[in-house]
Amino acid sequence: MIPLSWYLLLSAFLFACGVTGFLTKRNIITLFMSIELMLNGVNLSFVAFATHLGTLDGHVFVFFVMVVAAAEAAVGLAIIISVYRTRETLNVDRVNLLKL
Amino acid sequence: MHLFLFLLFAMLCVGGAVNLLIQQKTINSALSLIVVMGSLALIYLLLGAEFVAVIQVIVYAGAIMVLFVFVIMLLNAGAEEYSPGSLVARIVGIPGLLVGSAIAVGVFLRHGQQQLVPIGALYGPADKVGILIFTKYLLAFEVTSVLVLIAIMGAVVLARRSDS
Amino acid sequence: MSALTFLIVAVIKIAITIGVLLTVVAYTVWLERKAVGRMQNRWGPSRVGPFGLLQPLADGAKFLFKEDVTPPFVDKPLYLLAPVLALVTALTSIAMVPIGPIVHLFGISTPVQITGVVDGAGHASDINVGILVILGLTSLGVYGIALAGWSSNSKYSLLGSLRAAAQMVSYEVSLGLSLIGVLLVSGTLSLRGIVDAQLGRSFGFIPHWNILYHGQFIAFFIYMMAAFAETNRVPFDMPEAETELVAGYHTEYSAMKFAMFFMAEYANMVTVACVATIMFLGGWSGPSLPFLPAAVQAFLPLVWFSCKIFFFLFVYIWIRGTLPRFRYDQLMAFGWKFLFPLALANVIVTAFFVAIRA
Repeated sequence: MIPLSWYLLLSAFLFACGVTGFLTKRNIITLFMSIELMLNGVNLSFVAFATHLGTLDGHVFVFFVMVVAAAEAAVGLAIIISVYRTRETLNVDRVNLLKL
Repeated sequence: MHLFLFLLFAMLCVGGAVNLLIQQKTINSALSLIVVMGSLALIYLLLGAEFVAVIQVIVYAGAIMVLFVFVIMLLNAGAEEYSPGSLVARIVGIPGLLVGSAIAVGVFLRHGQQQLVPIGALYGPADKVGILIFTKYLLAFEVTSVLVLIAIMGAVVLARRSDS
Repeated sequence: MSALTFLIVAVIKIAITIGVLLTVVAYTVWLERKAVGRMQNRWGPSRVGPFGLLQPLADGAKFLFKEDVTPPFVDKPLYLLAPVLALVTALTSIAMVPIGPIVHLFGISTPVQITGVVDGAGHASDINVGILVILGLTSLGVYGIALAGWSSNSKYSLLGSLRAAAQMVSYEVSLGLSLIGVLLVSGTLSLRGIVDAQLGRSFGFIPHWNILYHGQFIAFFIYMMAAFAETNRVPFDMPEAETELVAGYHTEYSAMKFAMFFMAEYANMVTVACVATIMFLGGWSGPSLPFLPAAVQAFLPLVWFSCKIFFFLFVYIWIRGTLPRFRYDQLMAFGWKFLFPLALANVIVTAFFVAIRA
């Protein structure tokens, strides 16, 4: 018997790690992985509340979050590949001018 | 037993998330994210959500992260470079960290025995979740199908070489 | 049954299954060398023991005693993790596979399946999402190959592993879609439920197998072709053939680590054969021979299951001896432009017929 607040604390911790990674890291791919970490934290929150409220709608939400995360990861990584091809760098600080 | 399992998987999650932040090589960050996703799938199983747990492994850990690992290997993403860091981050961040930890400890101690969730509390089999998706959330399902189609087309167009 | 009994029974089942699986893997290697040799009009292994039957033991001893060379600039943790990951995901899939109905030994009744239990009413039940767990383990197997090539710090290994991983990910889609037809017809995701839906006969001798009675023969062929690509076997073995890219992702591995990749490939073959048997050929169902004594009859389902697995392994080996391999662009075009639309069409047609019948 685990209190609901523990699941939410874990979800908040994952989300906080994701935000920290997003704000501090300089590699574009690590930024994207921090976004995925945030989405995973939110998924855990959804499932925990679904269990607490006794309804399966939370699971459906998690399903849709996963689909959207997959679409976003695919397009984001394609953009990263294009950026790498022109700028030759993956450091987000160097991709700060519109013209090369 | 339930407590032991939850603490084990939660420690794995926390360890993976922290490892993602402190690793310098991108491939190690990707692998720790896979560990986080795997342990989250196990926590979903503890909550009784078996369909979501298996989908997490197949879609997240088995497809999205493979995409990330591919891109890391293709682009040969080098080591992480550290920008000097801002003073503002330190002024706001460290007190924020202390406040956050205080809130967490407070929640642990004060609400530790309320709203208990037993193991496998809400059984989420595939057919019930499927019925919900195809009846109550049908519009969202169709819209996300179109979204995925657009994402596929966008990824193909963006990743193509422009000189072909 | 109490928790302790369940634990002991589970450990015994795991020990027996892993022992049998590793023996089957070792002797599949022997069978392949013998069969391919005979197809190429030569003997195959015939010196070590009668008909070369002790050859796997000699190979095992060779792998144990070979010098374990670690190239200097590899990424050590990933280099050691990759074969472990490949082998673990290959061997764990056997835990979901139901091999037979309930057996009653020494006062304990348990189904012949590592994750199977007997519930209160005497029925066998297993994991409710069994087939999805096997698909998930297949998806995780890609990491073993990708990390092997990356950590080897060699361009041939990296290219070979990226090609192999891209091929496996592409054919995983068709693999999953081809199984959806079977799931629509059976109505359950649990492997034991799928086998139970195929027991029974019509007209006295036509079995209710998914391949015949429920019309999933196209799905069967899609599954077989996708399975060949998933296990990196001829005609889809471009990433690991000896004449291509040196040896692909396991170039830099020697002795026991190479043996682990080798075992993982053959264990994947056995897993794929098990899943094909369960989903399409009716698992352990077969004619019950009433003229045999009752003690032998209890083992008859295991015999039928083993015969069907052997049939699949032989088809794998037969095709290896017969077909040339695809070029990489032909391989990817085949997977995406032919198998994937065909699998989608199969799902739509099956769904149509299931809706009409309901």
